[in-house]
Parts: sequence; structure tokens; C-alpha cells
Amino acid sequence: MDIQSIDPETLLHMYEVAFKIRQFESKVYEVFNLNLIPGTMHLYLGEEAVATGVCGNLTNEDFLTSTHRGHGHCIAKGADVKKMMAELFGRTTGYCHGKGGSMHIADFAVGMLGANGVVGGGIPIAAGAGLTCKLKHPGRVVACFFGDGASNQGANFHEPLNLASVWKLPVIFVCENNLYAMGTPARIACSVQDIAIRATGYNIPYQIVDGMDVVAVYEAAKEAVEYCRAGNGPYFIEAKTYRMKGHSKYDPATYRPEEEVQEWLARDAIQLYRSKLIDDAGFPADQIETIESRVNQEIEDAVTWASEGPQPVIEDALKGVYLEEDN
Amino acid sequence: MAPVSVFEKDIPAGTREIGVVDALNEALREEMARDENVVLMGEDIGLNWHGAFKVTKNLAEEFGTDRVRDTPISENAIIGCGVGAALTGLHPVCEIMFGDLVTLAMDQIVNQAAKNRFMFGGQASVPLVIRTPFGAGGNYAGHHSSSYEAWFAHVPGLKVVQPSTAFDSKGLLKTAIRDNNPVMFCEHKRCYGQKGPVPEEEYLIPFGVADVKREGDDVTIIATSFMVFQALKAAEILKEEGISAEIIDPRTIRPLDSKTIGNSVKKTGRAIIVHEAVDFGGISGEITKQIIKEAFWYLDAPVTTVAGLDTIVGFSPVFEDGFRPDPNKIAAAAQELIRPA
Repeated sequence: MDIQSIDPETLLHMYEVAFKIRQFESKVYEVFNLNLIPGTMHLYLGEEAVATGVCGNLTNEDFLTSTHRGHGHCIAKGADVKKMMAELFGRTTGYCHGKGGSMHIADFAVGMLGANGVVGGGIPIAAGAGLTCKLKHPGRVVACFFGDGASNQGANFHEPLNLASVWKLPVIFVCENNLYAMGTPARIACSVQDIAIRATGYNIPYQIVDGMDVVAVYEAAKEAVEYCRAGNGPYFIEAKTYRMKGHSKYDPATYRPEEEVQEWLARDAIQLYRSKLIDDAGFPADQIETIESRVNQEIEDAVTWASEGPQPVIEDALKGVYLEEDN
Repeated sequence: MAPVSVFEKDIPAGTREIGVVDALNEALREEMARDENVVLMGEDIGLNWHGAFKVTKNLAEEFGTDRVRDTPISENAIIGCGVGAALTGLHPVCEIMFGDLVTLAMDQIVNQAAKNRFMFGGQASVPLVIRTPFGAGGNYAGHHSSSYEAWFAHVPGLKVVQPSTAFDSKGLLKTAIRDNNPVMFCEHKRCYGQKGPVPEEEYLIPFGVADVKREGDDVTIIATSFMVFQALKAAEILKEEGISAEIIDPRTIRPLDSKTIGNSVKKTGRAIIVHEAVDFGGISGEITKQIIKEAFWYLDAPVTTVAGLDTIVGFSPVFEDGFRPDPNKIAAAAQELIRPA
């Protein structure tokens, strides 16, 4: 499948998504350094093609589970950047009313079942969402994102993969292999360098794709999603990708060889996709620029909106722990 | 038809008697028939075994293996799958075969199930029941005999139920399955064989309502789970000595009915808390705190506890039987409070 066989609307929508992730994360980095955001942040900069390409095949009826590095997954699934930014600012107007922050953004209205502060914590939950799809909504699927580090989790990775396989649950396991778990290289932590090989132990079909290439990810995910929608069971995609920045807020990531960093940065996901759209798919540059202007404005508006949101009050801390009639 | 009482003592004489296992089984069957979103998951709960203690007997036959699901031996995936299913519209009841093995699923219980609603700003609900048998019984030794209910009572977002009788087991399990929060439903192996009256009419028992299992005037004994039966036997011993004991079964420890406990202690002036879990750090500490809040100025003696020995449950019957509070130990504690040596 080449780029011209993908419908133009999808191609442009995916560019908007990928570019929005890039600009959102760049803006988060900027305002974080102005001390406007408490806590920490795990930026999706560099990995945009993965969430974009996978979610290009999903609808709001499908579900998604995410990781601590979840902003990209939220945007790709259709979350509102205003409410995301407000959550990062810790305001009551945020998705979680300031109770979750970066690592717990969720938007159930679009099937985004939450980022997760526990490495691998979302994987068993994805299996459960898959069970709901299988029993109640055949044809719906779950996209389950996690990293190379999570693939070393016993109970959170290996148990649900086996369960999803024996129960034929419609879950697309998407391993974002960015080569490092915090500062620990996969080469010293993982028994295999192609994480997808682990799927064979659970009788789950897999593909390994270039995680910097939106079109390649989209194509692999299309096959995976069709396989799952048809009721064949789970599918595994490993996307080879890379963080533009460090693991979290002040990590300069000096443990990564400069040569390696430059090699990956040269294959920038946004630039690669932009070139393909103009050179291979024939979109005029000004059409792309129109999208970029619109997104830039949306991100600026999101920061303004977020910063104007009210701060929570401590009394809110006791609300919403239980679902009862009175809260 | 008049609603069935939420207290066993108020149900009509002549009500049929069944065991706790059958009462739990009926609760599951009725709730599965009522709500097609109720699904069961657990190790060996289906056609081949019906659960290690037979609580799920014939349910796979009746409701099919889509809704009564045998799982791999993967406790974390069982609970995590329950959380994901609960978040997306099902109402799972997950069984962990032995209470000690909930340790293998602690991330999904404590970090995911309990916290999701709060940290997603109220978008989510996690209608999930986790059933598991705690307690010593059967000489299964250290990996199959512990009581960890107090750990879970310490976690905001969870509710913790500890039924004793057949009547309470059925009514509380049905309530748990209709609750939209994660519920730790802590059964006890030694309760499974206990028989008692259970009405054929449907009834629910609300959480946070303690049951006065026996009325008395001289000392309040707050007992949980299997210890309720031990305390009732102790009350008979004490009666011979002319001591009148009131037995209170909290039934749920989160929420905890501090008012009923406090009112009883105001009447008797003495309180003993009895649980099988080890003494140090047990739920008795919290109950003591509630008694101090509610009834400190009415106390005639220090609040005391009779609990499991501060050790691991050993294999030999000597170790297991000696570990657990028995009627004599409970009676002796009451005598000491009332007639100090």
C-alpha cells in the first residue's frame, strides 16, 4: 500500500493530529520551564507517528489505554487540548479537575481510558476493555500502548498477553520501543531487541514497523485493527521510535550517544510525513500550512484557557473517591 | 410483600436454613439473572471445578462460559481485566482462590481499581467485586491462611465487606454486585460450612450497618467474620458465669458503623475487639479509635483485643488452632475486664 491509496481526508487528519501533538508538547516544554506547571512531564516529542498512525484506524467507539507518556495518545484519540492543558496546570477545568495531572489524563467520551503512572498498568485493563468489546460490542477494538520497559513487567505484560490470546480479545498491543526505560537501555534490560518476538510466545501475530513513519504505522495498524475487528484475537505491533527529549522534566539524557541522537533526530516524524504529503501525495504546501496555522492557534488558545481556569479547593479532595448518589 | 429485614434476628421463624456457600451461590445466580453485565472470572470457577470452595457451582452450566470465565493462573490479569471490563460497561465479579494470593494483584486493586474514579476527575466508575476467602481453616499453612482485610480498609476508594452468617453473606454479596465502586468481599473458609436461615424472598443488606448478633449488658464484643461464631460461643460460656455479653458484627469494615459500636459500648462500658488477623496493625486499632471517639467517657475498663497471634499461620493443627482466637480466650478476656485479678 502506498500513500496514494489512503484517502486524502485521513491523510490530512493524521497530519493535523501529528502536528498537534508536536506543538502541544513543545508548548508544554516551554511553559513547564516557566514554572507554570507543577510536577513532572513525560513528553511524546519524537514519537508522534506511533499514536497518529494507530489511532488513524480507530473511532470514538474504540478504546485506548495509555502510559505515563500519554499526551500523544490522548490527542490522537480525539481529546481536547484545552482540557488537557488545564489538567497540566492543575485547574478544575482540566479533564480530571486537577486530581490527575499529566500521568492520569483520561477522556472516556472518546474511549481514552486513561494514562497510567504504573509502567504496564494499563495492559491488563486493555484486556478487560477487550472483554467488554467481545461480549457486548463485537467489532470494536482496544489499542493498548506501552513501552519497551513495560515489556519486562511480569504481571502487567505477560499475564494479559496470554489472557488476551486464549480469550481471543480484540486488543492491538502497541509497543513503543524508544530504546530506553528512563536511562536504562533496552540492550541491557531486554532479552530480545525486537520486543515483538515476545508476542510469538503467546501465539499473537506481530509486525515491526518504523515508528517515525506515520504511513508505515498506519498501514500496519490497519491490518491489525481489521484482524481484531473480525474477531481473530489480539495483534502486536512494535514501533521503533525515539524520544526527542529526556525521560522526564530535567533529564538531559546524556546517557544516549550523540551519534545515535543525531541519527534519530534526522528522521523527524513530522518532517518525514510532511514531505510525503507534499512530494508523494501531491498536497499543495499551503494546504499543509493552513493546518499548521490552525493548530498553532489552538495551542495558544489552550494555554490561555488553561491559565485562566480556577484552582481547586482542598474540600474537593474528599469528593469523587466513591460513586455515591451525593457526588 | 413486606420487605425482608436487614437483620437476621428479625426474619420469620421456620425460614429454611442453608450454608454460606449456597447463600453466596444464590446471590451470584440471582444477580447474574438480573443483570446480563455481571460476569464472573477466576481460576477454576467454571465447568471442571466450580471454584475451589464450590461457590460458583453450576453457574457456568446455567449462564454459559462467556459469563463464567475460567482464567489462567494470573491474579493480576484477573483483577486488571476486571478493572478494564468495569470501566467499559460490565460488572465483573472476580474470584481470587485464596486471600493470600491477592498480593499478586495489588497494583490493579490498589493503584488502578481504587484510584481511577478520583484521579480521572469522576469520569470513571469501577463496579468491580473481588471475592476471596481469608483465614485459617484446613491446615493449608502460611500461603493459604492469612487475613489481610485491614490492608484494604486502609485504601480510599475501596469498600471492604466481611460477612459471617449465611443470611449476611447473601444479602451483602448482592449489595456488593449492585455497588458501582470496587468492593473487596472477604469471605472466610471456616464460615463456608456455617448454616443459617436465609429467606427465599429477595433482600439486600446495606453497607455500613452493623448487626447486633446477641444483646447483652456487661461487655461489648465486636467480632468480624468467623470470629462472630467464636464470640457467640464465648457468650454462652460467659452466661454460665453470670456475664451478659453483647456481640456486634460490623459486617462491613469500610464503611464502618461506628455509631452502633459506640452506642453498645456506652451501654456496657467495656469493649473487646475480636478478629483473626494478626493483632498488630489489625482493624482493631481503627475500631478502638472509633470507640474512643464515640464512647470514651463511658468506658469502665481499657478497650482490649483478642486477635490472631503476631506470627505466621503454621501448618501443624497445634499452630493453626492455637493461632486463632477461640471461645475460651475471648471469654477469658471478658472476665479479666469485668473482674480484674
